[in-house]
Amino acid sequence: MRKAAEEFLRDAATKSADLAHRQIIRQGIDKYNEAFERGRARFFNWEAARQRCSEIKWEAVNHLDRYLVEFEERVKARGGHVFWAENAEEARAYITDLARRRGIRTIVKSKSMVAEEIHLARALEKEGIKVYETDLGEFIVQLRNEPPYHIVTPAMHLTRADISALFKEKLGGIDTEDPPELVAAARRWLRQTFFAAEMGISGVNFLVADSGMIAITTNEGNADLGMSLPRIHVALAGIEKVIPRLEDLAILWPVLATAGTGQPITCYNSLIGGPRGLNETDGPDEFHVILLDNGRSELLADAEQREVLHCIRCGACLNACPVFRSVGGHTYGTTYQGPIGSVLTPHLRGLDEFQHLSYASSLCGACTDACPVKIDLHHHLLHNRRNAVNEAHRPWTERIGFTLWRWMTMSAGRFALGGSIGRATLRGVYALGLESTVLDPLRPWTKVRAAPHIPSKSFRALWRKGIGTN
Amino acid sequence: MNSVNRFSCDFCDHVQTFYATRRRESLPAAGDQKPAQYKMKVALFIPCFVDQLMPDVGLDTVRVLRRLGFEIDFPNEQTCCGQPAFNSGYWNDARPLAERFVRVFRSADTVVCPSGSCTTMVRNFYPELLSGTALRDEAVQLGKRMFEFSEFLVKVARRTDVGATFPHRVAYHDACHALRELRLKQEPREILRHVRGLELVEMQYSEDCCGFGGTFATKFNMISAAMGEAKTASAAAVHADYLTSTDPSCLLHIDGILRRQNSPVRTLHLANILARTEIASECTPQAAASENAR
Repeated sequence: MRKAAEEFLRDAATKSADLAHRQIIRQGIDKYNEAFERGRARFFNWEAARQRCSEIKWEAVNHLDRYLVEFEERVKARGGHVFWAENAEEARAYITDLARRRGIRTIVKSKSMVAEEIHLARALEKEGIKVYETDLGEFIVQLRNEPPYHIVTPAMHLTRADISALFKEKLGGIDTEDPPELVAAARRWLRQTFFAAEMGISGVNFLVADSGMIAITTNEGNADLGMSLPRIHVALAGIEKVIPRLEDLAILWPVLATAGTGQPITCYNSLIGGPRGLNETDGPDEFHVILLDNGRSELLADAEQREVLHCIRCGACLNACPVFRSVGGHTYGTTYQGPIGSVLTPHLRGLDEFQHLSYASSLCGACTDACPVKIDLHHHLLHNRRNAVNEAHRPWTERIGFTLWRWMTMSAGRFALGGSIGRATLRGVYALGLESTVLDPLRPWTKVRAAPHIPSKSFRALWRKGIGTN
Repeated sequence: MNSVNRFSCDFCDHVQTFYATRRRESLPAAGDQKPAQYKMKVALFIPCFVDQLMPDVGLDTVRVLRRLGFEIDFPNEQTCCGQPAFNSGYWNDARPLAERFVRVFRSADTVVCPSGSCTTMVRNFYPELLSGTALRDEAVQLGKRMFEFSEFLVKVARRTDVGATFPHRVAYHDACHALRELRLKQEPREILRHVRGLELVEMQYSEDCCGFGGTFATKFNMISAAMGEAKTASAAAVHADYLTSTDPSCLLHIDGILRRQNSPVRTLHLANILARTEIASECTPQAAASENAR
């Protein structure tokens, strides 16, 4: 078994049995569900809104060549820089190089999943540059030296008490469990770093093609501060983030907010299209946008799964996913967790190494129903599984198993005979009291459940004799 | 919601044709006071694991349908719809099974199946699995003639009251394929509400997956068990005597979890409940099974 799969299995077993963890996540997601239902009710027609967003993203993703170039031209016309990074290494190199040339010592960073994807903070810290996360949730997990637990709520797995203890230890001078006071402590601490920082790094929610602007959404205003105080601003975006028109935000912003947190609209929504202009009072001296490919154009070439690029990273599929709720965000071992992570990661980091995530799903489809841009997530898990089989990434025992199964089920006679032998064996094993032992052929099943009652006759046998059907 | 609209049109067509036929055939002949006995013939598909492990679900499906006046045909050649291989990614192994299924049920006017999952396989996944093969269009048509048991009762037979009696507190678990692939939410509940003596209770998180998920249940049994425990906790919280559903596979899994927990909650398939016409002193699956095996 691959290393990533082994780690996943091990961590999933531990986390699934962790009742305290289950309780924390359940409470967090219950709150989200309540807020989401309220938010959805504010829409005249939520389904129509989903459909519209899906169409906007379809148009953008299927015309990436046009919209990305349009975006680039407009940013450049305002004096901004656009860098096309083919992979994580190129993106990292561009930023570390820029920081080195400008003599940067301190960076404030607002939330960016692409920065996580390319492991940017680690690369910058190697250069001796201090990187401070300014999103409260990210700030908390950074203090804990952990990756984000969830793409929207990175510290979802922590209780008030956990955060209180963490702040007491790491920030000092604070000992409270009162949320407003905890927030105020983080704010005081972060405010100093904002003033000290020479560079701000942010993610991007949408690249608006027709106006050449990036749209950033936060609830804390940290991204806005991060792009107005430091001299240099670097925005990181996957190439799929582009949308055709400014007016598309009229539906995308409220849908993103509702799907993400249940809010009617997120608190701060900013658009920035370049460095500070001649008659402008604020904004950075330098403005850089990095457009990251990192496997996305290969996904674009896959007609069957191209729509995965519609994702607006709202996190709704994670909240809806019963597997995510059981194993937690860290168990995935990926930048993007939950259903979207299971679908996307094989495309970004290889199917062989990350196919197990596509199998770690009951295919319940709750993610697909939750997705505000209507990505057929659970069917793409099926496609990944099929691809894993076709590219021979599955164990040979399974291969033989299904060949045998096919041979059995292709004949009613063989099926009935095989079934009888199987049932007789199981009845014997269970009569001897060997349930759940190593001799139990159903051990992977009975390890966590009582063995099923094994009937002496199959339905077809009873039917043939006309027993019990009247 | 797209799929609802997509299928409801097909249902409308189907139901209209069905009723047109039924009206014609059930019209009493001139001078005849007794209405002619109408017998619609339905073919039964019993999923492979139900055939082998839960024959009582199949038997009770037959009982209910016969009680409503349907004539049952069980094509002997049937085995499996191919879903285990399909869901595991072995589409090349699932395809011959799908083709076989289409051929076995090709002559049936209507197919009824006591599993939302296998119905989903035929209706929603065969078109993709068989795309590019000669049987694809026939599979699409078969998908429109195949119904999950409660779906058949409500949408085709138009019978929400099947004359059942079951004086117990029952919670309905929304099986994923019935709920999100076939969009069946009210149909099974509507039928349960018409069962005499039955008290239908709603569980919290009834739409959450129980954790069965086919081979997922064994490959990732710890996650599957955690999901199952959340489900059994919901059932216990509303003090249900029985947990029922449209999918025997969910129930096989939930039942195993319940018994491992020594929970007093029992599971019964919808057909098991609907087959009961009078008050039975002991209604456990084991009792039902042994009764059937006699």
